[in-house]
Amino acid sequence: MNVIEIENLSFSYPDGHGALRDVSLAVSDGETVAFIGPNGAGKSTLLLHLNGILRSGNGAVRIFGLPVEEKHLKEIRRRVGLVFQNPDDQLFSPTVFDDVAFGPISMECPEEEVRQRVKQALEQVGMSGHEQRSPHHLSVGEKKRIAIATVLSMSPEILVIDEPTSNLDPRGRWELIELLRGLPLTRVIATHDLEMVRVLCQRSILLDEGWVVADDLTSRLLSDLPLLAAHGLAPDQGRSDHPTI
Amino acid sequence: MKHAFIDQYSDLDSFVHRLDPRTKTLVVLAFVLMVMATPPTAWLSFALCAVLITGLILLARLPPLYVLKRSAVIVPFVLMIAIFLPFFEGGEVAGSYNVWLWRVSVTYDGLIVLWNVIIKSWLSALSLILLSATTPFPRLLKGLERLGVPRVMVMILSFMYRYLFVLVDEVMRMGRARESRSLGGRVVWQARTLGNMIGALFLRSYERAERVYQAMLARGFDGEIRTLDDLRFGRTDLYFGLVCSFCLAGICLAALR
Repeated sequence: MNVIEIENLSFSYPDGHGALRDVSLAVSDGETVAFIGPNGAGKSTLLLHLNGILRSGNGAVRIFGLPVEEKHLKEIRRRVGLVFQNPDDQLFSPTVFDDVAFGPISMECPEEEVRQRVKQALEQVGMSGHEQRSPHHLSVGEKKRIAIATVLSMSPEILVIDEPTSNLDPRGRWELIELLRGLPLTRVIATHDLEMVRVLCQRSILLDEGWVVADDLTSRLLSDLPLLAAHGLAPDQGRSDHPTI
Repeated sequence: MKHAFIDQYSDLDSFVHRLDPRTKTLVVLAFVLMVMATPPTAWLSFALCAVLITGLILLARLPPLYVLKRSAVIVPFVLMIAIFLPFFEGGEVAGSYNVWLWRVSVTYDGLIVLWNVIIKSWLSALSLILLSATTPFPRLLKGLERLGVPRVMVMILSFMYRYLFVLVDEVMRMGRARESRSLGGRVVWQARTLGNMIGALFLRSYERAERVYQAMLARGFDGEIRTLDDLRFGRTDLYFGLVCSFCLAGICLAALR
């Protein structure tokens, strides 16, 4: 079953800059898909369409068969957990507890259930016991984990996450990859981190300048070096002074 | 980067720390109102107020030096406003001096006005320091909300608490980036870079606000602000409230006498 269906989606920002051009794709239940592409390829813009934060574009987006429009937003936002790239944007409450509880409280869960959900979500990301800390005093790795907990507490069915490993040191990065690997959800990950893509995602979608350039198995797509080089994801083939990776 | 907290020492443990934030807020409010309403010559009342607040600060195990330093922050503001009062009040002259071309005189009434401003603002500041140093800011906000402060106001304060230091960090990083590339230069030019920095900071904050709002929307925010009610009045709150009310009533009587 397709949980995400996008047909001929185009989107331009108010300044006329075209961010998405005729994007069509589908993600089925339980899949882990990577959106890869150079800076400015439209990855983040596409993610913002998956829960209706942006929806003025042409074309159709359907989540669980529901068209993304005003009357379905509440349900779609509960079932699609979107984690933003910068945890300082994602974490806006004075304490970790308040932030993780924000989603469940917006869903109007009763108090006991809110506490239960917060407890579970923090356990899932390995951050139990940090409830009363201020997000400002967490390390980058801890912030990223809490940011994921803030959507897990809403028990989403799809996890949409923007650049989960940016700004992390190698250890923090591998811990986060392990964490993501352990979550039993449909996952959509926008990233430049091809190593993570290899580990986590069976399928990758390559975007550039708003177009879908390729949509294939990760193993096949990432071994096509000329394709990667043409879209800014590998060193230029014509130059011999790059060390081979 | 790490910064001093707004609510430094609020994670200590004492019975004052454990009180419900609403109890503390109300007592501090009553204390400030009473101090404000006390006539300037009710020396005994001020002395009792000082004893009361000192006692509470000691009970809360706050380091006295920290409290004094913090309270000194208000002194320049008070002095700037009140230091000239003794020279302009009429009444019996306490002393006069020749300052270059002018002859200035200080009156007793004027000195009392100055004393009045200093003691009242200082006592009020001490009580507010007691409140903020014994209550974590998030709990203070929750208390304010339960006391009926509009939720939008509480939310603005909570964003301020969350993003104040993020912005301070941003300013520090911009300052470092500027310093590492600027090798002196004329004042006018430096002022212009400062202006550009302020502009950039405004734009960044504006964009951040948009992204934070998107993050709120993504988690089901629909314009209505909901919070959990996890504050409980306990027996200590009752006793503390009663004892403080008696003390304040006693100090009022001392002032009337």
